[in-house]
Amino acid sequence: MSFVEQFKRLDLDDLSMRIYSCTSIDVERALQRPQGNIESLIALLSPAAKPYLEIMAQASYKLTRQRFGANLGLFLPLYLSNLCANECDYCGFSMSNKLKRKTLSEPELLAEINIIKQRGFDSILLVSGEHETKVGIEYFKKVIPIVKQHFSYVALEVQPLEEQEYNTLVGLGLDAVMVYQETYRPHTYAKHHTRGKKKDFNYRLSTPDRVAAAGVDKIGLGVLLGLDDWRVDALLMGHHLAYLEKRYWRTRYSISLPRLRPCTGGVTPKVELTDDGLVQMICAFRLYNPQLEISLSTRETPGFRNNLLPLGVTNISAGSSTQPGGYQNPNTELDQFEISDERSADEMVIQMQKSGLNPVWKDWESNWF
Amino acid sequence: MLTIAGHQFESRLFTGTGKFSHSKTMLAAIEASQSQLVTLAMKRIDHNKDNDDLLSPLQAMGVKLLPNTAGARTAKEAIFAAELANEMLGTKWIKLEIHPDPKYLMPDAIETLKAAEVLCARGFTVLPYVHADPVLCYRLEEVGCAAVMPLGSPIGSNQGLATEPFLEIIIEQANVPVIVDAGIGAPSQACKAMEMGADAVLVNTAIASSAAPIIMAECFNTAVISGRNAYLAGLGGVVKQAQHTSPLTQFLNV
Ligand code: SF4
Repeated sequence: MSFVEQFKRLDLDDLSMRIYSCTSIDVERALQRPQGNIESLIALLSPAAKPYLEIMAQASYKLTRQRFGANLGLFLPLYLSNLCANECDYCGFSMSNKLKRKTLSEPELLAEINIIKQRGFDSILLVSGEHETKVGIEYFKKVIPIVKQHFSYVALEVQPLEEQEYNTLVGLGLDAVMVYQETYRPHTYAKHHTRGKKKDFNYRLSTPDRVAAAGVDKIGLGVLLGLDDWRVDALLMGHHLAYLEKRYWRTRYSISLPRLRPCTGGVTPKVELTDDGLVQMICAFRLYNPQLEISLSTRETPGFRNNLLPLGVTNISAGSSTQPGGYQNPNTELDQFEISDERSADEMVIQMQKSGLNPVWKDWESNWF
Repeated sequence: MLTIAGHQFESRLFTGTGKFSHSKTMLAAIEASQSQLVTLAMKRIDHNKDNDDLLSPLQAMGVKLLPNTAGARTAKEAIFAAELANEMLGTKWIKLEIHPDPKYLMPDAIETLKAAEVLCARGFTVLPYVHADPVLCYRLEEVGCAAVMPLGSPIGSNQGLATEPFLEIIIEQANVPVIVDAGIGAPSQACKAMEMGADAVLVNTAIASSAAPIIMAECFNTAVISGRNAYLAGLGGVVKQAQHTSPLTQFLNV
């Protein structure tokens, strides 16, 4: 039984009502026993928790340091291709967008790898648009062994694949798969995904099941904050996480909390997530799940990122480019979205050390196991 | 209502049959406990006698019998005891207990997992008695056990919930009922286990070795009900105020 069946049993309107009817008493109770308790997550994500933000931040800070020490993992996205056979109205890679399309050849891939390695990164996130025929399993089967020769941790953020395909890639060195649901509200999902295979809400929703069954070390979940009410989407992601953790207990989990950014031909956020809302969300997830990895992208501004670093985040990217070949030839016409924090990895490291945090370039070597 | 392998129990207190001075006291204590699941050791059942003084009254009370494999030191012996129980008592429910160590009767994790795998495959409803080991409980779930029975402290020690931090993890993670077994020595400890969210507790020594087993059985019954209700109501408490010396959210101006 995949999460799809469990999801069908959830009454989304009722969950939404419960979030909005929480009181300060519910929040205080949640602060007592936040861990692994979905009722507590409801309260911590609710508007009633706002006056408790400092208390939540203090607790989240302590828990994060207790569980992860002062360490922050560094990774970089490597865009393989901006080809896409889907239409998502918030994304610059959408099929109908007129932009130069590109898929990295082997020499181009190696050139990108060289630059990233020189900057010190050892953890890589391979990203592409969703184009099954041109950037599908055969392409990944070629690319992953090449990448694996240079990086000890290889994550993939591409279209959903079949279990057997994930399994093949694990054999070639794949460590992690990020698959963001974007929104857990089927109606909103349908509105934003108008063409292509990504339209299939349930196929996407059952992807983490297939990833876990294939024996991938880490799964990343995420919602695109701004497509619908972020509190409800975050709670549903919490449900998804709880389901996966119980069922596939050998797997590690991470979440990503991207806020909708302006992009070529894209939509503006429908429901704005303010800075304090994002802080509340990070802290709520940390209190709910102390071992969860939380990653922070360069979508946020430098000043805000500095302040978020100690609050519960465990992995960050720095000096990112969001276009294929962008490390070798920086220009912005092929970008997926605009980034906000343009600082280099070196600058980020200095900032981390100022905050008493230790940059970690490498923390895994699957070849040893 | 607690459901294990499709069978429903109104009472979340499970009891045992060992250590009582008379079988009459045992029966009266079980009755007073309102327990609906009673475990008995296969090693005590006499092949040559009809065992009627023990079995018939229990059956007449309508309680479900849960034979256990106490005495087994290996998976092989436990599987044999389970098959024997099936033949003699006509039940496929089995409390899997394997303790090769005669001193503390510590459950053997490796043999227990092996035996559980075989018995589940043969259609038994297996309730394994184990150390409070969260990973082992996951593994037992995976092979098909209907519940897990982690210990609170060494069998018969009345030391209570010495394994509390691990029980908490097991309770949080389990997809099957968690029955805290062994070591519970006082009604307050049973109540605590239920407050933590355990699905049931199994108590034998604390009742059987009490000076007044029938009264003690009643006490355990009410303690388990209270603990369960407290868990359902949700425990309240006082929020510890954070130190505001260096606020972490000042940049938000909230
Ligand atoms: S979000 Fe993904 S699937 Fe949608 S258009 Fe962008 S790259 Fe394609």
